[in-house]
Amino acid sequence: MTDPVLDVRGLQSEFRIAGRWYPAVRDFTLAVEANETVALVGESGSGKSATALSILRLLPAVGARIAKGSVMFAGQDLARLSEAEMIRLRGEAIAMIFQEPMTSLNPTMTVGAQIAEVIEIHRGSTRRSAMAEALRLLEEVRIPAARQRLNDYPHQFSGGMRQRVMIAMALACRPKLLLADEPTTALDVTIQGQVLALLNELKQSYGMSILFITHNLGVVAQMADRVAVMYAGEIVEFASVNKIFEQPSHPYTEVLLKAMPRVDRDSAGLEPITGQVPGITALPVGCAFAPRCPLRQPDCDRHPALAPLAAEADHVVRCVVRAGQEAAV
Amino acid sequence: MADTTTLSAPRRSNAILATLRQNKLSWVGLALLAAIVFMAVFAPLLAPHDPLQQNIIHRLEPPSAEFLLGTDSFGRDVLSRLIYGARISLMVGFVAVAIAMFVGSTIGILAGYIGGLFDQIVMGIVDVMLAFPTLLLGLMIAAMLGANLENLIIAIAFTEMAPFARVARAPTIGLKERDFVEAGRALGFGPLRIMGVHILPNMASDVVVMGSLWMASAIRMEASLSFIGLGVQPPTPTWGGMIREGFENILTAWWLAIFPSLAILVTVLALNILGDALRDAIDPKLRSENAA
Repeated sequence: MTDPVLDVRGLQSEFRIAGRWYPAVRDFTLAVEANETVALVGESGSGKSATALSILRLLPAVGARIAKGSVMFAGQDLARLSEAEMIRLRGEAIAMIFQEPMTSLNPTMTVGAQIAEVIEIHRGSTRRSAMAEALRLLEEVRIPAARQRLNDYPHQFSGGMRQRVMIAMALACRPKLLLADEPTTALDVTIQGQVLALLNELKQSYGMSILFITHNLGVVAQMADRVAVMYAGEIVEFASVNKIFEQPSHPYTEVLLKAMPRVDRDSAGLEPITGQVPGITALPVGCAFAPRCPLRQPDCDRHPALAPLAAEADHVVRCVVRAGQEAAV
Repeated sequence: MADTTTLSAPRRSNAILATLRQNKLSWVGLALLAAIVFMAVFAPLLAPHDPLQQNIIHRLEPPSAEFLLGTDSFGRDVLSRLIYGARISLMVGFVAVAIAMFVGSTIGILAGYIGGLFDQIVMGIVDVMLAFPTLLLGLMIAAMLGANLENLIIAIAFTEMAPFARVARAPTIGLKERDFVEAGRALGFGPLRIMGVHILPNMASDVVVMGSLWMASAIRMEASLSFIGLGVQPPTPTWGGMIREGFENILTAWWLAIFPSLAILVTVLALNILGDALRDAIDPKLRSENAA
């Protein structure tokens, strides 16, 4: 296999609350291979979005920082690039789409002009050729009557259509990597299915990799090649999508799957997860999931490292009990 | 290519005009303002007399067939002076507000976007400026710089900068947190592009409405400063200067002060009506139906 497109190592992002720095993302290590979709799954507050914003260096300039780690992309460490270099890179080599298509477009510009703007600033194209490219992109993301819609304003589009426009903007410069932060959460289920199918198709035709953030396990099953389950800012389990669903090993992944409704099972078997994700100001010293964990042992008071499951190097889990490992300090 | 694929700019202005066309009141404002501008531009053709020509025999004459709005204490034709005065008033109002709008909103957007200490310092200065009554501040600057046309414009522009900075800053703070600004950052837009292309147009309606209101105020201030002798110097006709001269004879020659006052009233009213109509027209959400 060639070098990974994105190689994040030991990333730690912190936020300042009342004068102290607290980590929202801890010891985050993850590689995304070429043309692969990796899903980041977790509850609200588990640090999924903070991770994506850290990769693109879009955390607020004040009150947030990348404290440790490296983000290798195309031979460069993004954590150490200047802001001017990041501006050139964003939307060009790495693009991002967001959760809220209703508000993610500038209401005072036509959608065509907004797509063309991305092409103009990164490619230096003329307005005319950028608009022609924008039209092609609108057709590619299946906007009906794209030629007529090019000069429409965002408020004339539905949510699903706006997300397609956002995708067109993100793909305008053929990025190597797409960060998708819950792109279908705000859409209804049928539209969600269409948008996901479109993303899968474009991933193939553009040959890009996707880091897909979601809390919806159904979406994970449809999109991902590999899955990283996040809890309280850490990856607690990382494996191929099949292994995650067939052989979940971290107790958190297990309860997450049990809390997911499935067509082929009786819904009476759904089990809610008790308790809440600990806030970043009150992280437990040991395993972050221990207070909610059904398998809790005295050993869990020590912080576990991410370790391979017995005999399976590509299935790693952060659990003392399951990995049968030596607990890290 | 069909006309549907032409670039956005011409279509957008067409849509704005279409909305303006539907608003009847805006036509009144526009017509009044057009008439005043027309009057100012073609003053030499429209004025029946030379506005500077003194004529002692005809001094302080009430309105008549020859002098439609009467004559002043030097026997000059009030109508002609009113027509020429429109030039100064409109020019001062327009140029001063354009400067104030440009400098003020730039300051406001920068302060709102950068935030932190820079914002606090800049807005502190702006608050100090706002604490002075505009007329007093204008008076101070005009007195300091000396009375002539350029200084009058500078004084008015300076005093009206602060409100524009305030009006531009508030929406900037809200807009910079909006999803489309975040999305723009994720697509590699630099800070200047975000401020100029994505934040500014989204509050242009606020600034334009302010602009028309403050242009009315600038015209009033020009009149006020000219009235107390700190504006354009005689014998150049200005509305404010005419009111001052007429004020001395208000009991015997009412027409001297009344007609320039009416001219100011009509101009200010027209600008306010137009400002409101423009605000409605610029917001794309308010004109969604007739844009197609």
